[in-house]
Amino acid sequence: MSTLLNFIHDNLDMFYIVILSIFLGIEVISQVPSVLHTPLMSGANAIHGVIIIGAIIAIGETAPDNYPALIIGFLAVVVGTLNVVGGFVVTDRMLEMFKKRKPTTTKTSHNV
Amino acid sequence: MYNLEASILSVCYLTGSVAFITGLKMLAHPDTARRGNQVAAGGMLIAIIATLVLYRSGGTHLHNYVWIAAALAIGAVIGTTAARKVQMTAMPELVSIFNGMGGLCAALISVIEFEHMAQASPVLHSLIIIAGLVIGSVSFSGSMVAYGKLSGKVKDHTFRGQHSFNLIVLALVLFGIVYLLCRNPGMPGSFVFYTLLALSVSYGVFFVLPIGGADMPVVISLLNACTGVATACGGFLYQNPVMLTGGILVGSAGMILTIIMCKAMNRSLTNVLVGSFGGETSNALPGTEEAHKQISISDAATAMAYAKKIMIVPGYGLAVAQAQNTCHELEKLLIEKGVEVKYAIHPVAGRMPGHMNVLLAEANVSYDLLLDMDQSNGEFSTTDVALILGANDVVNPAAENDPKSPIFGMKILDVGLSKMVVVNKRTMKPGYAGIQNQLFSQPNTNMLFGDAKDVLQKLITEIKGM
Repeated sequence: MSTLLNFIHDNLDMFYIVILSIFLGIEVISQVPSVLHTPLMSGANAIHGVIIIGAIIAIGETAPDNYPALIIGFLAVVVGTLNVVGGFVVTDRMLEMFKKRKPTTTKTSHNV
Repeated sequence: MYNLEASILSVCYLTGSVAFITGLKMLAHPDTARRGNQVAAGGMLIAIIATLVLYRSGGTHLHNYVWIAAALAIGAVIGTTAARKVQMTAMPELVSIFNGMGGLCAALISVIEFEHMAQASPVLHSLIIIAGLVIGSVSFSGSMVAYGKLSGKVKDHTFRGQHSFNLIVLALVLFGIVYLLCRNPGMPGSFVFYTLLALSVSYGVFFVLPIGGADMPVVISLLNACTGVATACGGFLYQNPVMLTGGILVGSAGMILTIIMCKAMNRSLTNVLVGSFGGETSNALPGTEEAHKQISISDAATAMAYAKKIMIVPGYGLAVAQAQNTCHELEKLLIEKGVEVKYAIHPVAGRMPGHMNVLLAEANVSYDLLLDMDQSNGEFSTTDVALILGANDVVNPAAENDPKSPIFGMKILDVGLSKMVVVNKRTMKPGYAGIQNQLFSQPNTNMLFGDAKDVLQKLITEIKGM
């Protein structure tokens, strides 16, 4: 019990971040139109790719001759980058198409 | 110098976190979504570069830069190519793969950190590493199975005692976690750790395998949230605020998105996870041919050309046939002839919520022709022809009048209210959820068999020739 309390005390700011982020995430997402569910899911997917920073630190702290860890770390950075880069690019591609119809929308609303 | 670098790094992480929050907020609104995605990507770039340049542990910079650079380059090239080349119809599959990669990344980090970890590490430090391993690998293998199912490579599998089996695997996972946390120095750790890895990977497989097709979007969203949590574990591990905010934001946002989707289908989350939608019923009535009447291309074309108002109900069949453009062409032709044409879009049409809107946007269909479910249901009674293109479950009346049906309770498009219903599909085979559709045997329904693109093309030719 005291270990847990100590841990919370030592990482208090982290706990604040976690709790506030939970509320923020809920607040930011409620009431999204279903049109945007796919791009939003894909965009959020890219954001959690920030895990790549952990992969960079993990491999960056590894001893240069520890080949098993280097190889695992290498793989971690590759898949992490896939998540980040692929996620953002694919989301952009989706949203680009939403933009295209804009001129038509304004034109028709003018006519009306 | 050291302090300055650390301060700059903190500011960069702060910028990254703010960019994630702003980006996510903007992603939730149609007008700002694209910019939001770019803002989040910018924040990510800042955080990554700052880590590479400024991060220090115990006074020394990171090393192994060659390895890191090579990995970044390879990942970026593969990621960009895959994202650029993918067909819009295969989007949900790709999102699932990328999500799995994030989970795998989290699991691999835990493997490295476990090897680094001294036997005497604090229990909670170990707990974070193990949590990252378990959540990350469940998310990884679950997403891979989800990918397989969405692309049709993996079928739904249910076997007797599936749920008890899953519970046993889960119990073993929990046992492994407790063992690792409570073991005395000197007791074997690595073996249990890797067994735990294997168990978590198989749990992800068994957890997603029985979940039926139509529920996959919900599961993908849930797995997305899981990877977010795994990322947050990494944030705790490295005391890294940007990983923490990024991970938790996606975790909670993903959870909310999951619940919103469940609501759209009028299903509870437990129902989705335990109820194996469609899986059990897919074999129930596989080949039963219901009474249905067919219509010829020319009759359908005549009915459409002389209609006052037509509602097009696009489904995945349209997307598979890559017929969005042909459909847009038919729509333009009909509008030229003075017919009022609109699209009725069910929130879960396609393979993901909102997927159909993406597909139609790709074909340049004007946005104000697209009606959402409530709007369309108000207009079917004044519609002359409802043209259903490869949609099954979202127009199935069983959702409203058959309490035994697995989709009972889901809101559907009331196409039956229109004067005439023309259903285009390739065969009488049931749809993605594997459920027979009573709509097809209703008196005002006419079946128009064939590939969507082919049929639409023939309709266009026919109408032009009138």
